[in-house]
Amino acid sequence: MRTTLLAGLLVLLSSLAALSQQAQTPLANPGTADPSPMQAVLQEQGALILKSSRKTISPAIAALADSGLPEAQAVLEAWQVKALWMRISDGMFFRGEKLDSKNYRLFDFDTGQAVGDVAKSDLKQIKPNSGIRALIATALVQFQLSDPDPARRADALLAIERAPGADLLAPLRASIEGEVDPVLQARKRRIAQLLTIAYDSDVPRRVATIEQMSGDLGLDLRGTLNPLVTTGLQAFAGQIPEGLNVARRVEPGAGALSQDAAYDILVAAKLAPARLSSDEIRTTLAAHIEGGRVGGVPLAQLNKEDARTRAYAALVKAGQAPALVSAAQISARLNAHVFAEIYDEPSAVMTHAAQAALKTIATQVAVGQAVDLTLDALSLASIYFLAAIGLAITFGVMGVINMAHGEFIMMGAYTGYVVQQVIPNHTVSILVAVPLAFAVTFAAGVAMERLVIRWLYNRPLETLLATFGISIALQQLAKNIFGTQARPLTAPGWLDGAWIINDVVSISYIRIAIFMLALIFLGVFLFIMRRTRLGLETRAVTQNRGMAASMGINPERVNMLTFGLGSGIAGIAGVAIGLFAKVTSELGSDYIVQSFMTVVVGGVGNIWGTLAGATMIGFFQKGVEWLNPSNTLAAQTYMIVFIIVFIQFRPRGIIALKGRAAGD
Amino acid sequence: MSDTFLKRNPSTLVFLAVLALFVLGVTLLADGAGAGVISTSFVKTLGKTLCLALVALAMDLVWGYTGILSLGHFAFFGLGGYMIGMWLMYARTQAIVVSSLSEAPIPATESEIVDAIGNQIFGVVGSSEFPLVWMFADSLLMQLVLVVAVPGLLALVFGWLAFRSRVTGVYLSILTQAMTLGLALYLFQNDSGLRGNNGLSGLQNLPGLDHVPQATLSIWFFWASGLALALGYLFAAWIVSGKFGSVLRGIRDNEARVRFLGYSVEGYKLFIFTVTAIIAGIAGALYYPQAGIINPAEIAPVASIYLAVWVAIGGRGRLYGAVIGAVFVSLVSSWFTGGQAPDVNLGFYTLKWVDWWLIVLGLSFVLVTLFAPRGIGGLVDLWSDRRQPDRHGADLGPGVGALREKEAEQ
Repeated sequence: MRTTLLAGLLVLLSSLAALSQQAQTPLANPGTADPSPMQAVLQEQGALILKSSRKTISPAIAALADSGLPEAQAVLEAWQVKALWMRISDGMFFRGEKLDSKNYRLFDFDTGQAVGDVAKSDLKQIKPNSGIRALIATALVQFQLSDPDPARRADALLAIERAPGADLLAPLRASIEGEVDPVLQARKRRIAQLLTIAYDSDVPRRVATIEQMSGDLGLDLRGTLNPLVTTGLQAFAGQIPEGLNVARRVEPGAGALSQDAAYDILVAAKLAPARLSSDEIRTTLAAHIEGGRVGGVPLAQLNKEDARTRAYAALVKAGQAPALVSAAQISARLNAHVFAEIYDEPSAVMTHAAQAALKTIATQVAVGQAVDLTLDALSLASIYFLAAIGLAITFGVMGVINMAHGEFIMMGAYTGYVVQQVIPNHTVSILVAVPLAFAVTFAAGVAMERLVIRWLYNRPLETLLATFGISIALQQLAKNIFGTQARPLTAPGWLDGAWIINDVVSISYIRIAIFMLALIFLGVFLFIMRRTRLGLETRAVTQNRGMAASMGINPERVNMLTFGLGSGIAGIAGVAIGLFAKVTSELGSDYIVQSFMTVVVGGVGNIWGTLAGATMIGFFQKGVEWLNPSNTLAAQTYMIVFIIVFIQFRPRGIIALKGRAAGD
Repeated sequence: MSDTFLKRNPSTLVFLAVLALFVLGVTLLADGAGAGVISTSFVKTLGKTLCLALVALAMDLVWGYTGILSLGHFAFFGLGGYMIGMWLMYARTQAIVVSSLSEAPIPATESEIVDAIGNQIFGVVGSSEFPLVWMFADSLLMQLVLVVAVPGLLALVFGWLAFRSRVTGVYLSILTQAMTLGLALYLFQNDSGLRGNNGLSGLQNLPGLDHVPQATLSIWFFWASGLALALGYLFAAWIVSGKFGSVLRGIRDNEARVRFLGYSVEGYKLFIFTVTAIIAGIAGALYYPQAGIINPAEIAPVASIYLAVWVAIGGRGRLYGAVIGAVFVSLVSSWFTGGQAPDVNLGFYTLKWVDWWLIVLGLSFVLVTLFAPRGIGGLVDLWSDRRQPDRHGADLGPGVGALREKEAEQ
């Protein structure tokens, strides 16, 4: 009863003088205001709540949060979303729900019951600004951390991760024991550890936590540890004062710190006068032009550095300009000062522990990256293998370079796109598209072989050019039909996402699928070549066309079928490539040179050669990209230079045909 | 000597006469010097076409006569353009910078001028320092030397590496294509020092000649291109007419036999590869000031393949064939893709040449390869009633003595 009165008085004093008469109401009518505990707390803090200033609000929020009342969460939440209202008549706080533009329904916090509908004019809305809302959110976290709804607990953890703070540590730790969900509990433990490292005041405990977590690859841990080891370069006159956490001393002019940079630090710390830049000197000179001369030097001569120096020296002598800082002065200043990198974190124990932990992590990350790089390289190699295998077949068997091979890849990708337009289910459409792409490009390959290539046997260079003609025609045709914009070829849902091993090593399912596809192709190809009639005949024709013909093999038919097979495989590769690259008319030409490289490096006429070539190029390209990650163009340039040099040592590729079959 | 040389090669005289007539006719009809029937931009197009004819001539030497299908000669062409472009851009920027700095109260020092030029040129790639490759950019003479030296050296090194390891045929073609791609990708980088994909621009303005109108400049460049083509043609004709030319053709038709006869095949190939690269570089140095801009996309591998296409359509293995092919295909291409060609209304579909020209070009190229391996130049044989000896089997090479299919299959 007394508290209510007190609160009412406080309200009255603080802001709402106009309401002084009505503020008596709780007194006058004690029966209606049997103040429940929450309302009491609210009334106690009413003045602060109404003042609504970020600087002074903390005690009020703390009082609410620490009241130990179950309703505190509801109050804070209502406050946060601007649903906390005060009834002007008696200064009581309620949760307000909008009925219409004029009227609000009020709910009592303690009972949860509706108190009545009140006109807006009789109410005052408590509007916390964003700073206060952030404070409320922090206070709310401890409630949300033990909220019965696991989703809200997860949200609260997410909020902590986004905006960690020292004051969140205690409620977080307190909520770990009571957590029933093991996943959430593990997450809480981890976040609590990270917060301990970052904010705990107990240094041994922080160090222990760092040592405990050392070796963890999480980015969040590195994000927590890195600020502990940041340093700033500082200059000190004479000795470095005690109590600073020195990372290392730095000698100006030796190693990373140049004399100029060191002097700039002195200037920035106001320990030395600034040097004049050449621009400032020029401005000074320009300001003192007298009768076509500056300091006695004619203007026309001032396009030389030494003439400018003379003119400026004359100005200094005349007292018209500040003296330049000479080299001797600079080195004297530098000698008089000590430069050191100082840790931002004052505790040396902490920085040591953090350094050690980061070093351990760096080693493990390096290992992880090597694994990741290997996976990337394997996936790139399998793409090149898929793209090149068809080319290798035709080149190896027929000695024909098919410049339109890239366009067959493109054709396969567009087939996949068209199929997806007809069959909306992605899984089914891919299953249909793969054989269909094979059929389409097989037909195209056979047609091309029959119409063009067979007339050009023994004229490989002309075949190259004729197929180039077909290539530009096909590319333009695709542009005319499908337009220049990229068409999507969407992978089925089960290929989305990535297989994440840890924070460093991950590989997307599409790439795994392509890798599997490459393996399947390798198997199918080996089967065809070694176990089927066609394979036997193909190998015979590859080795000696004339002899094979005399043994009753029809080389024309073999050529036609191998060309079709090579083109068909290009079509399937197109579907696979289209899944992760954009389907455009230039899709094929992006891969054609790499495919040629693969064939040239690997050697023709042998599937293992193509495999070796693709692996080598894939690994080399990824390796160069790793050495120079910002520049993938450079990687390609180096790769090509490497191939040119490689050809010096193995002109016929890694696995070369020997004997007569090798041609010349 | 020259007398007998021309007597032995009457086609050279005819070609030079036709070229002289053409240059004279264009000059008289052009905007800059005569009647004004031909616009300045078309004079530039014609001048550029002459440069393309020159590089096609180089391609014919290396492919039509020596049998090396190089897919890198347009890269040499582009390099020549870059070399002259560096001087043009530097000198012109210098003129602008000097004139703007001359308004300052204190005259600028040389290093200030160079810094300002660097800022102007490399601002687009976020840099202001001059890279090492611009070391001689302030000297026209040095850059002219580089026009010859850079493509020549690149061809020499590349050719030496390739030929000594006996890379031949399609392998060599693919390798040269890789070199072209590598060069183009390298130039695409911003830190290559040649302004990345922005390339060099404003090359049509000759420094120090601001008072000369573009109409006159275009005629000067047209003459220069015509002269270069004439000299290049004479040089090429001289090379292929003597014993040296016979060895080249021998290498084309059967490299192994020439080697067994004791000739240093690699030396011949290296020489012709390097010399044609230099010719290509010179052609490029004349082409890009007329084009006004050069960027790495110009030297993409596909450009070099087009070069081969021109030579093949014109008729490889004969010098005038290359020129005819380059002039014919590039002019017809620009006519069709420039939107001047009327659309064909088929009733159900309107054929737009801009969209369909490449298809026509590609297919006609296939047809030429299949049915007319001698190209347009082969028509001259019909006209001069020159008969081919009736040897069994289809042609394998462009020349009369080229290996026959029947022989090849042995």
